[in-house]
Amino acid sequence: MADMTALDSGVMMAADGTPLKKKLKQALFLSRVRAFALVAPLLLFILASFIVPIVMLLWQGVHNDTYTKNMPLSAKALYEWDGQSDPTESMAEALVADLVVARDNKTIGRVATRVNREYSGTRSLFTKSARSAAKMEAPFLEALIDKDKDWADIEVWKAMKIASKSYTPAFYAAAVDMTYNADGSFERVEEQGRIYVKLFLRTFMVSLVVTLACFVLGFPVAYLLSTLPMRTSNLLMILVLLPFWTSLLVRTTAWIAMLQSQGILNNIFVAVGITSDDARFSLIYNMTGTLIAMTHILLPFMILPLYSVMRGISPSYVRAAKSLGATNWTAFWRVYFPATIPGIGAGALLVFILSIGYYITPALVGGQNGTLISNFIADHMQKTLNWSLAAALGGLLLASVLILYWIYDKVVGIDNMKLG
Amino acid sequence: MALPIYASTGERIWYYTFRVICALIFIFLITPILIIIPLSFNAQPYFSITEGMLRLDPEAYSLRWYADIFRNGMAAPDATEGWWADMWANAQWVRAMKNSFVIGFFATLLATGFGTLAAIGLSRSEMPYRGLIMSILISPMIVPLVITAAGMFYFYSQIGLSQTKFGVILAHAALGTPFVIITVTATLVGFDKSLVRAAASMGADPVRTFFKIQMPLILPGVISGGLFAFITSFDEVVAVLFLASPEDRTIPRQMFSGIREQISPTILAVATILVIISIGLLTMVEILRRRSERMRGLTPS
Repeated sequence: MADMTALDSGVMMAADGTPLKKKLKQALFLSRVRAFALVAPLLLFILASFIVPIVMLLWQGVHNDTYTKNMPLSAKALYEWDGQSDPTESMAEALVADLVVARDNKTIGRVATRVNREYSGTRSLFTKSARSAAKMEAPFLEALIDKDKDWADIEVWKAMKIASKSYTPAFYAAAVDMTYNADGSFERVEEQGRIYVKLFLRTFMVSLVVTLACFVLGFPVAYLLSTLPMRTSNLLMILVLLPFWTSLLVRTTAWIAMLQSQGILNNIFVAVGITSDDARFSLIYNMTGTLIAMTHILLPFMILPLYSVMRGISPSYVRAAKSLGATNWTAFWRVYFPATIPGIGAGALLVFILSIGYYITPALVGGQNGTLISNFIADHMQKTLNWSLAAALGGLLLASVLILYWIYDKVVGIDNMKLG
Repeated sequence: MALPIYASTGERIWYYTFRVICALIFIFLITPILIIIPLSFNAQPYFSITEGMLRLDPEAYSLRWYADIFRNGMAAPDATEGWWADMWANAQWVRAMKNSFVIGFFATLLATGFGTLAAIGLSRSEMPYRGLIMSILISPMIVPLVITAAGMFYFYSQIGLSQTKFGVILAHAALGTPFVIITVTATLVGFDKSLVRAAASMGADPVRTFFKIQMPLILPGVISGGLFAFITSFDEVVAVLFLASPEDRTIPRQMFSGIREQISPTILAVATILVIISIGLLTMVEILRRRSERMRGLTPS
């Protein structure tokens, strides 16, 4: 603007006397605002109904104020305690006072559950002590131990100290099979207690195997469809699109009918003589069932992007390669295949992203050892009600999905996502 | 890609092997969907084809599982009087179907309305922060459903929306919008911007231009986006598992508990009906796609 006033006489003016450049800027600004106004309703809707709920849930993974909110005096006393020395009388006094209030407010159950998550077996200790807390008299520490000798156990107090921190890495630690100690250190849980890392690895492995299977099955089909005449390929495309449009539950049900021990495949195996009637294969309610059903459900997501990329590859490339002396294999591997890589990337990332968060199919056909991380998140949300742990597990899962999503955007571009 | 006349024996063998492999993959894709159709007519309560069915014995086939869709849950399934009212009010699957359509309808309306507007905004070159906003709006499709549903369950129960139909509708609308945006954006790519300028030069205001010029041209894309949003809601079960009350169970939710608790061929009968619905939707989307390509002057493929 500064140099424009300097060149005042040389500036083009609009009819109302403002410089044309300024006028253009205003017009561009207005059109930007107009474009944004079209997007704003949906953006607000998605923020309110989708982003905010997820952020609030994830917040639970690092913030749990059950103890601080319901046991304020005790939380303060525990904060001042070093976590090493013997519990003091003032800590016990604060605890008894809080227990009385928590029992009156009927929040003692929640507090007991919270501490129990840090040191299992303490739930009844709290509910029982709270019942007689009102009648306790000084010295409170002795009165507590008198009521239940577990109060002499310093581990109980350590667990309370951990629970009394509102902001805590304890749940994320638990989500990677670590325990968070009262003195702020981490250690791995015992061998038989380590489940989540194994579960994450299993989820990644399953996603990887499903992606690979989809690639192996999808590549030939997409190649065939892209080389056939349009009319034939459109007809065959129905065989890909129909499963794509069919309900997930329908396809899962169908696989149960196909794979169960009295199911169609096993009946065929018995009839043909591959196996005997009393040695039928167990193909479902285990990992095999999960893998087969997931591959079937996600296969169209691989075929469709591959197909659209392969359609765009001119057949003359391969012909040119062959005319220059390449064998069939060389022409395919050095000329055709590299050109399909954008499609492979798009399909593989999409399948991997979708399978890493899969819930319904593993829940229905996974049985004991075919369940994935999503199933545990759902269990912690609905059955054990350990929302903070569910949030921590969800946070880790979401982080890995978002990284893949970011890669997808870089490699493929969200704009290029196509359906059907 | 026909086999050239000069192909060697090896090439011939590979040509036919390749076709056989592809045929097997197609069988893998389609068999599970086709197999449930004969199974749903099974007279026996099994998930398997009986010997009688293989002999095409009419006794082995029956419509009892289709009848069960309507009778299951009725107060008096054998009463002659008031049968229809009883079925409409009490039959479990009928209620699930009503819920599915109500939730699907409103979720589609929300998703298509918001989604179309947003897609129009996003396809304008002057849109600020286009990439960032696009990735936020597409994210409901990418974020694992369990996280979405758990988050909504947590948040909606604090504001009194969980265990209501409205909560499920909001959730399904959010999950459906990415599909609307993707389809409508794809249609807008082929939209000739000079048509809008021509309309403006002839004195049409932006609203009139939108409804008279732009909307009719992108309508096929909007409708197929809407169909995508509808099938997303119609097929969705995780959000329903977390958010819906027992009275608001949808068809997939009913199937989910059916598979888990009392597996009966009624599920196969429902599945067959759903396959027919999806064939209908697929046909509609395909017709719309061709129409849209014709309107934009491309040869329909």
